[in-house]
Amino acid sequence: MLRDFGILGVVGDTLLWSLIATAALTVILQGSQNMGLSRLSIPFLVGTVFTGNRDRAVLVGFVVYTIGGWLFAIGYHLVFLSVGWATWWLGALLGLLHAAVLLVSVLPVLPHIHPRMASEYAGPTVLRRLEPPGFLGLNYGRETPICTVASHVVFGAILGAFAGAG
Amino acid sequence: MHAGPGYLPLADYAAIGDCRSVALVGHNGSIDWLCWPHYSSAAVFAGLLDARTGGAFAVRPAGEFQATRRYRGDTAVLETIFETETGRVRLTDAMAVAPDAEGADVPQPSRELLRRVEGIDGAVDVAVSYRPRPGFARRPFDLTRRGACGWACTSGDELFLLRSDIPLSRSGDGLAGSVRVARGEQLWLSLSYTSRDIGIVPLLGDAAQRRLDATQTWWEAWSRQCRYDGPYRAAVVRSLVTLKMLASSLTGAVVAAPTASLPEAVGGSRNWDYRFCWLRDASLTLRAFLATGCRAEAESYLEWLLHATRLTWPTLNVLYDVHGRTDLTERTLDHLDGWRGSRPVRVGNGAHGQLQLDVYGEVIRAALDFADAGGRLDRATKRLLAGFGRSVCGLWREPDCGIWEVRTRPRQFTFSKVMCWVALDSLLRLHERDPLPMPAGRVREVRDGIEQVIETRGFDARLGSYVSTLDGDDVDASLLLMPLLGYRPADDLRMRGTLHLVLDRLGSGALVRRYGRNFDGFAEPEGAFAACGFWATDVLARTGDTGAARRRFEALLALANDVGLYGEEHDADTGEILGNFPQAFTHVALIHAALSLSGAGTVRRSETSHAA
Repeated sequence: MLRDFGILGVVGDTLLWSLIATAALTVILQGSQNMGLSRLSIPFLVGTVFTGNRDRAVLVGFVVYTIGGWLFAIGYHLVFLSVGWATWWLGALLGLLHAAVLLVSVLPVLPHIHPRMASEYAGPTVLRRLEPPGFLGLNYGRETPICTVASHVVFGAILGAFAGAG
Repeated sequence: MHAGPGYLPLADYAAIGDCRSVALVGHNGSIDWLCWPHYSSAAVFAGLLDARTGGAFAVRPAGEFQATRRYRGDTAVLETIFETETGRVRLTDAMAVAPDAEGADVPQPSRELLRRVEGIDGAVDVAVSYRPRPGFARRPFDLTRRGACGWACTSGDELFLLRSDIPLSRSGDGLAGSVRVARGEQLWLSLSYTSRDIGIVPLLGDAAQRRLDATQTWWEAWSRQCRYDGPYRAAVVRSLVTLKMLASSLTGAVVAAPTASLPEAVGGSRNWDYRFCWLRDASLTLRAFLATGCRAEAESYLEWLLHATRLTWPTLNVLYDVHGRTDLTERTLDHLDGWRGSRPVRVGNGAHGQLQLDVYGEVIRAALDFADAGGRLDRATKRLLAGFGRSVCGLWREPDCGIWEVRTRPRQFTFSKVMCWVALDSLLRLHERDPLPMPAGRVREVRDGIEQVIETRGFDARLGSYVSTLDGDDVDASLLLMPLLGYRPADDLRMRGTLHLVLDRLGSGALVRRYGRNFDGFAEPEGAFAACGFWATDVLARTGDTGAARRRFEALLALANDVGLYGEEHDADTGEILGNFPQAFTHVALIHAALSLSGAGTVRRSETSHAA
């Protein structure tokens, strides 16, 4: 059962738990990158939409990515409200769906929408130089889909567990 | 075993680098050695150590050719001209060092190797062969086509991305292609590297030309700062550019050489990994930088020396990697045949666990040289140096492995005692101008005690020469460094006798062997250590025998390869370059010999505190 919060309480708690869930997602994805499992860096991808400077891109990317995590968490919460209940495994299922959409739909079209990403069809241009992710992000390493799914499942599970607690 | 065919002589290689890594380019256009991202990383091209399986990246005419090459001015940009029956093409190789050549708002790959093929006249069929073998040809990899973005070789968390104007297709487990290059035509190849991050796809054509031009400009600007205007300037500047290639822009450390396991005799087993920083080289390297106007490099190097050695303070290790790490465990790569069958192939270096007393003198003397040149030492550095002094006072009587890192039982090497003297003498000189936290009286007492031991037991009156070990009767070439390090003036009778005996026993033409047979525990012969010939030149120049010094120096210059590079050793009979290549210590020795010939490097008797 969902807990009965006032609107301010819901917003406050959602922001807090979405921050925790985003942190967990970041730890898994960045950890995978630092352990050499995948070269995917979502903050870098996001940051390079705004700047071509590698250092600034990572910083900007982290800020935008954290805000994005909150927004996605609100989306998750709306789903929980819509179905009227929430558990960790429902959150995990939503995370799985989220990761699938990211891997199957978003990453492959990124070369067409990201201002600094090269395309395998057209090649690099003066501004578009980032390596494209390819299907399921496999260009960034064989374990990329696994790491992406794992991180999003944990993200959803934390949100589901929070929303269903009490 | 492939003990000959497929292996170029070491002299046929030239080095290109970006101050973080170095590639060796053969006379035949083949890159047979490249470790990315750092000097001591695993090689992606190790054809140098195994022509069959090691991996290489070749661009050259498809048929017979004659090749001539040169560096473009005082830079690390290499030009090779291939002459064939149908025409001539020029291959330009460089590692990009100017990351913002195309503007700061464009991300760049962390490493990039640029190769440009230009038709000069006629038309030439040019062939490309690309055989990447990550992880010293032991790690699995995927080589996949990425459409217009080129070919990706991925292995673990590493991406090697090849873009080419020359169409390539699969050939075995690599790529191959060929194209006819007509006069005026320009074709580009770019190999870039990214680890643990999203890759960057470099542009070819005009953008690549801008990166190459910026790299050339960067090197020209760097080499213009060289203040040396004495004789043999071209050789000195080439040596400095080589040292700059071997000086890590990330930390300031200078690696001994960019290669591993090139043998000191063809087919021999003295095959060591030199892709680390030896403290043995510290003082002379730093002084070479300071004396030629490369102050930034000297400062960075000293900072690295003092920072890296904090991990082991107050004792010093023999070698560290560029990041100051000391875990350099030696292991063999048994799947590689070795250059011309010289096995085993070793990476890591077992010398890291040895006791070498000379390193204390090297580090403290480097600090003194830095202070002499106007540098300031902060309080923490003074404490650090005083701590090393305490170590010397406690250790100097111990037997050690010496400057030559012998792998037999430790011995009482005279040169190690000399360097202990240099350590304490340098501390006292620093203390005189700006007090150090140390008991100066005790340090002086120990220094004088060391000197007494050297002069009584390290000198053989019958031979009229200093000797390699206390109470021994062998000599080795390290004794020639005594004047350069300020222990004895070169014109001192004892030093003259030492020079005479060293040349008599170890000399071979202009070359000088570092020691006699069986000295290091290996029965097999080795070449002549290239630096020793320059040390002899230095002593001759300091004694005022300029004619002999010049003749020796010029004979040694003739032993460099066609682009002015030296390895660790030369075959004493044929002059063939042997050992790891190019070797920083040899180039440092060349610079000091040239400085002495120009008069700039002379340490006069009054400049030393030693009373001869």
